[in-house]
Amino acid sequence: MAELEGAAHWKGLSQSRLSRRGLLASLGVAAVGFTLQACGQGSGGKGGGAGDKINFYTWDTYIGETTLADFEAANGIKVQTSYFATNDELFAKLKAGNPGYDVIVPSNEFVTRMRLADMLEPLDMAKLPNFKNIAPEFKEADYDAPPPRHSVPYTWLVIGIGYRKSRVNGTPDSWKWLFDSDLYKGRIALTSEAADLIRLGAKYLGKSLNNVDADTAKAVEDMLIRQKPNIKAFHEDNGQDMLLAGDVDLVLETNGDIAQIAVEDPDIGFVVPKEGSLLNADTLCIPKGAPRPEQAHKFINFLLDAEAGKHIIETILYPTPNAAAKLLMPESYRANPIIFPGGQGMDASEWGKFEGPEQARAFEEAITRVRAA
Amino acid sequence: MDQGVDWRRNKAGFLAVLTPPLGWLLLFFIVPMAVVWAYSFGTNEGIADIRISGTFANYARAIEPLYLGILAKSLAFAALATLVCLVVGFPVALAISFAPANLKTWLLIGVMLPFWTNLLIRTYALIALLRDEGIINNALGFAFGWAGFEPLRMMNTNFAVLVGLVYVHLPFMVLPLYAALDRLDRSLLEASLDLGAGHIRTIFAIVLPLAAPGIASGLLLTFIPVLGSYLAPDLLGGADSQMIANVIERQFKRANDWPFGAALAFMLMYLTFIGIALQSLARRKRERE
Repeated sequence: MAELEGAAHWKGLSQSRLSRRGLLASLGVAAVGFTLQACGQGSGGKGGGAGDKINFYTWDTYIGETTLADFEAANGIKVQTSYFATNDELFAKLKAGNPGYDVIVPSNEFVTRMRLADMLEPLDMAKLPNFKNIAPEFKEADYDAPPPRHSVPYTWLVIGIGYRKSRVNGTPDSWKWLFDSDLYKGRIALTSEAADLIRLGAKYLGKSLNNVDADTAKAVEDMLIRQKPNIKAFHEDNGQDMLLAGDVDLVLETNGDIAQIAVEDPDIGFVVPKEGSLLNADTLCIPKGAPRPEQAHKFINFLLDAEAGKHIIETILYPTPNAAAKLLMPESYRANPIIFPGGQGMDASEWGKFEGPEQARAFEEAITRVRAA
Repeated sequence: MDQGVDWRRNKAGFLAVLTPPLGWLLLFFIVPMAVVWAYSFGTNEGIADIRISGTFANYARAIEPLYLGILAKSLAFAALATLVCLVVGFPVALAISFAPANLKTWLLIGVMLPFWTNLLIRTYALIALLRDEGIINNALGFAFGWAGFEPLRMMNTNFAVLVGLVYVHLPFMVLPLYAALDRLDRSLLEASLDLGAGHIRTIFAIVLPLAAPGIASGLLLTFIPVLGSYLAPDLLGGADSQMIANVIERQFKRANDWPFGAALAFMLMYLTFIGIALQSLARRKRERE
């Protein structure tokens, strides 16, 4: 029995548990533009037809295994991919002027931020007929307002509590168990994302997670300082790894990351706490100065296709806003309570708004105080 | 021309040799550092722009009690890690310097071998060792499970951070110590032993004073990178293992406050300069004596 358990842990250790955001970020990979520059030079011409290529700037391990080859076979356009590890990296790279990217994948709050900084092209929806595949609740988006649309949703995520079923009492369906209770002392990992902590703390205190005022932020800070002795670690987006390995029994994580480990360990559960949580989306956009907007629209439209969408989800196992692609997926995905959580918590959840750099810095300093306390 | 090349007479040749490294240093070290230094006097404007306004506000914020407290804690923690490196590294360096010549090469390669592996990979290897259901705890559980063995809590503690820092930085200590000990005049040791001092006394009365410059440079060479470490506290540490480098890293990433991050980083630079200046002052004093 002990041997079997040991083998399971080895399996967990040998397989990379780093998520797409974690791996590149921790390796500090920044200089990913080289391939792009080397390959982009030959195709200065803007003519259509065969031999075209576009530059796609996205997260690592975030597309179907054959998606790019399928697109090239169907449209004769080669897709040259480079990767970024954080939204900040994407933003910094494009801030200095678009070096030649045609399609990028920013998260929802960065869509707002990049629109404010006039870094995105409006999308020509007439060239994106497959937008009809997107589920109704994702067709309108506060983060991409007012019209015209500058983004289409690619995946979405919700933050919640990942937990080990055999080690908790019932379902830990409140933020209380992470933020305001010593019941699970030393078995809790929170994220090190300052804004997420303050916002979800505000949610627990019955406030909206948007427009958090200074008093609420202070109250959350004080609560977290009180809770700190019960917290084992602030994880670097590797919370699912800690949960799978048995380091902790409750972890603040996204449903996508927990879904990936739940496949391996049936003892893993996920719940969106009843007070509500934070919704995120990653989107497809065309940055200002994209050299080949025509082909970029073709590519985005292809990614919104039901069959192509299915191939993508099969690989990355994230929740999809693409209703037509979801229909093609097996029951085990469509009815997966981790990938598509429901109930009171989901109903009370909100999209985060971009609230400016000052707010981000204030949150960061509050969490620095918590960790220094 | 037999007495070698005199740079006063052969300026062209001297310049040809010196220009590439100087150019490299200027372009890839001095200039980027100057840019970061300029940022530390900058102001954030709008969403993504930094104006070099000459303000001292970033430094004023950096010496607030919050950040000074974190800095003080980091200095103390880095000093502890450096001390452990010295205590562990000194016998290792001593053993290598007394090893037979052919074995010496292999031992030195052994010390440097970990550098061939990425720091992140080495840190993850430590996680695999230290975690509650990791290799150490599983082995202990296998051996002592019958006695009701409880897993040792090692991961996500300051202890784990200390282990990680010592493990990663030990070569920085061993190599300068070895260089100092290897040059030691062995006849002095023999004299000491002949005159009746024991081995321990010989080490403390003869070896340590003679190796002092090597120890000093080992301490400095270890302390500075330890103080700048952020991976070990991030990945091995617990809720209160935050070090100053983590705070700096977050300014450049999540908080997106480059001017403040630059000011914090240069606080460390200033401290480093002071450290190096003190060391060279001490050396000059020694030489004069």
